[in-house]
Amino acid sequence: MTMRALAVALLLCATQAAGAEYAQVPGGTFASVLPADLKDADVTVKPFRLRTEPVTNAEFLAFVAAHPEWRRDRVAPLFAEARYLSHWQAADVLGANALPDQPVVQVSWFAAQAYCESEHARLPSWNEWEFVAAADATRADARKDPAWREQILTWYARPSGAPLANVGGAANFYGVRDVHGLVWEWVGDFNALLVASDSRDQNDPDRLKFCGAGAMNLRDRDNYAVLMRVAMLSSLKASDVTGNIGFRCAMPSEAAK
Amino acid sequence: MNVRIPFHLRFLFATCALLCVAGAAAAELPGDSLYRLDIALVDQDGHGFRLAERRHKPVLVSMFYTSCQYVCPLIIDTLRKTQGALAQDGGKKLDVLLVSFDPERDTPARLKQVFGERKLDANWTLARTDETSVRKLAAVLDIQYRALANGDVNHSSTITLLDGEGRILARTDKIGAVDAEFVAKARAAR
Repeated sequence: MTMRALAVALLLCATQAAGAEYAQVPGGTFASVLPADLKDADVTVKPFRLRTEPVTNAEFLAFVAAHPEWRRDRVAPLFAEARYLSHWQAADVLGANALPDQPVVQVSWFAAQAYCESEHARLPSWNEWEFVAAADATRADARKDPAWREQILTWYARPSGAPLANVGGAANFYGVRDVHGLVWEWVGDFNALLVASDSRDQNDPDRLKFCGAGAMNLRDRDNYAVLMRVAMLSSLKASDVTGNIGFRCAMPSEAAK
Repeated sequence: MNVRIPFHLRFLFATCALLCVAGAAAAELPGDSLYRLDIALVDQDGHGFRLAERRHKPVLVSMFYTSCQYVCPLIIDTLRKTQGALAQDGGKKLDVLLVSFDPERDTPARLKQVFGERKLDANWTLARTDETSVRKLAAVLDIQYRALANGDVNHSSTITLLDGEGRILARTDKIGAVDAEFVAKARAAR
């Protein structure tokens, strides 16, 4: 074994042994952009733990080494489209376009889900992600602050071609980093956000198309930053990948176990 | 001739044969086969099964939940009519697999009850799986669903026809009446 390979192996061991850091999120009741009853009801999020940082290229490389069925040259097309990890130099080499500490992108929902399962975790739900994303550095819910909204929108306005920064940005109220400003993130229920209505040839298309309820009534319509996420996630299939969507994992709260 | 094979060798042969069969079966599944989704399901009789056990026979697949008042009864009606339309030219009745969005309430006993109430026959399987697997199955079937606070599930309705290898042959969102285009595609592919 060369020194370099040894160093890489040790680094991988260290990463795995150390385990990812999770922050405790107390949960609570809040105004989601997607109301619980589709009209205006608040959403309650139970206490849970959220990974403090998005999963990095180095971490995902260790995952595909341990679970070769998720290598880009072996993954089933059912679970990941052709562009899956296509920015990596090879199926098992990151290369210049995928630095170890950059968040991993070009991963499908299925791959993200499998990674989290390997960490004995799961993807956060949309509401869990949204709950944490409402915070700024000092407040649990900064969403009504125009300056904060502006700051997030500025990030969305940046051109998407620039290389991604490393993970490890400033911590928010919960100690969670990079929720805004780095990548977009998969959530477990990405295919549950906008169950769009579609007129059919029956009398009451909403009722007939959807059990029990009609289409979603979006709340807080001027919260563009969050609504853009909803729209983007809703447009994806579980095997899709994009150059700016990564993920982080969630776990049940230790107290709740 | 009666050749006695030592026990340990017989064991070895059996293991090898099993492994070879299992290996070959897994290897043969096409990359886009939905049967690559290895989730554990339980049917209305409480029998556990895997999606891949459906292999070698086409099947109509959709999702529902038993406490649903509006679309779900219609999904069963539509599946029945589609089954009928496909069988008209003398073909065998297709199997139907309906998986619940609502694993908490849709126990095998509850599924069995609905199976009886709707007078379903042996071609039908009503099944449940765990919450994460429901999400994965919906993802490969391109079905969107959202559990609401009042216990309802808001969901899109899609019927998918899988071929014997678990690949998608045809899909329809038309509920309430037979989709002629879907039936034509299904017939052509048979």
